[in-house]
Amino acid sequence: MKKLKQFAFYISVILICLIPVFVFLWMFMTGLKTQADNLSIPPKIIFTPTLNNFRDVFGQGNFLKYLVNSAIVATFSVIIALLFGLPAAYGIAKYKMKKIGLALLVARMVPFISYLIPWFIVFRSLRLIDSYLALITTHLIITLPFVIWIMVNFFEGIPSSLEEAARVDGCTVFQAFTKILLPVVRNGIFTAAVLSFIFSWNQFLFSLILSGNETMTVPVAVFQFISYEEINWGGLSAAASVITIPPLIMTVFIQKYMIKGLTSGAVKG
Amino acid sequence: MERKIKYSFTLPALILIGIIVAFPITYNLFMSMNSWFVASGKGAEWVGLKNYINLITDLRFWNSLKVTFLFSFGALVAEIVIGTSLALFLNREFKGKSIVKLIFLFPIAATPVAVSLIWGMMYNYDLGIINIILESLGLDPLLWLASPKMVIPALIITDTWQWTPLILLIVLANLESLPTDPFESAKVDGANILQVIWHITLPLVKPAIVVAAMIRSIDAIKTFDMIYVMTQGGPDIASENLNLYIFQTGFSYFRMGAASSLAIVLFTIVLVFNVFLAIIRNSGDK
Repeated sequence: MKKLKQFAFYISVILICLIPVFVFLWMFMTGLKTQADNLSIPPKIIFTPTLNNFRDVFGQGNFLKYLVNSAIVATFSVIIALLFGLPAAYGIAKYKMKKIGLALLVARMVPFISYLIPWFIVFRSLRLIDSYLALITTHLIITLPFVIWIMVNFFEGIPSSLEEAARVDGCTVFQAFTKILLPVVRNGIFTAAVLSFIFSWNQFLFSLILSGNETMTVPVAVFQFISYEEINWGGLSAAASVITIPPLIMTVFIQKYMIKGLTSGAVKG
Repeated sequence: MERKIKYSFTLPALILIGIIVAFPITYNLFMSMNSWFVASGKGAEWVGLKNYINLITDLRFWNSLKVTFLFSFGALVAEIVIGTSLALFLNREFKGKSIVKLIFLFPIAATPVAVSLIWGMMYNYDLGIINIILESLGLDPLLWLASPKMVIPALIITDTWQWTPLILLIVLANLESLPTDPFESAKVDGANILQVIWHITLPLVKPAIVVAAMIRSIDAIKTFDMIYVMTQGGPDIASENLNLYIFQTGFSYFRMGAASSLAIVLFTIVLVFNVFLAIIRNSGDK
């Protein structure tokens, strides 16, 4: 009886997990099928996979360039967010500046479009639409507050005795911060960096308006594919797979802290 | 000296935030009281509260409010109910639990544009897998995104697919951190499983559920990517939520003043709803 119950439990767990898995599987499968296979009814579960769609995605247009653009924008908006956000988070945690955290939470409730309209007007008059500067600036609106939230959480977890010991040993406040405290919160820094990277990578609205042929990021490029390639499901799915794979792989590395990271900021305040 | 050090950590970030965040918010507020049709070539013109007053008779605005409400409410309720139920179900030790948790992280991390693209195909009338499954079960195929009636439920299903895992994992993490004593004593008292869940477990995880609802509601009310990619607000304006309407007003019609006032309205809705949730959360702490 107990065995049977356990068996039923595992079957249900597998069925539950199939719901998220199915959509990704469907995406990869459609990307690996020929057009004829994709149009056949009933859908073919067994088929000869082909990499043609992926080859076409990289072969046509500038998809590779758009991937590089996405990587550049995400990397810089993460690095700048860390440079400014790490000390700020430490200051907020150490000196208990709770109001700043609350203000950042309210800023998160502001629709992206409220940021986009003013920045669009500014960058348009500076002729900086379709520049990395415009994209990185706006992506920082997401990454910087986010890094601060996560890191405030992690810095608050450090006992103050650790820093005091460093100060007794002759470290300045700044040395204690860089040499003692930052290494202790490296898991937090890694989580904050990876999640911010994913947010920037996935960002669509800012890039839709502020990028152009030169700086187009992959979500915008894939969106534009949709209008051209209405029925080329293989090509569309291959492109969708290519943008989705990096965030999925990154998730594996931060799985332990990801939920903690995503909820920080809202937990207090 | 101490004061100087205190601000030397936070000041650079505060200045940067002032530029990238506070400046546009202020500008947005100012713009909302101007009329500015970008393509006219003329500058902005001060109109006071006229943009806001115009909204009262703007049927498309009221439609977008209705869509925003139906979509967010439907998605939030579905995600909280399903997410919490699954968390309760998975709250035990079993082999492979960490893999199950990892699988549920994937939809959260996946690029919304890609997810929407795939769901758009799955909803296709002739070739979409969802109608194929319906037909194989002997049911009639549905128009989904092409039908004014079905488009919002379809969008809710996709949103629920992507974001239920977030609620599930937040609540599950909270369940795992609960002390086991109250459950043991309830068992001794002969309570059945549903009584334990209703009277002991749910009150204990209520704060976590409210936090999850806050995080989710902020994004659900402001949903853009998914709806824009899957329907662009269509058919007609059946799925045009407030955020899409703002986008069209600002970047299709270039009426920046009107778009700014709409953005302020959207922000107010998100803020009021979250204050409401914060009150619910704190009401249990007395």
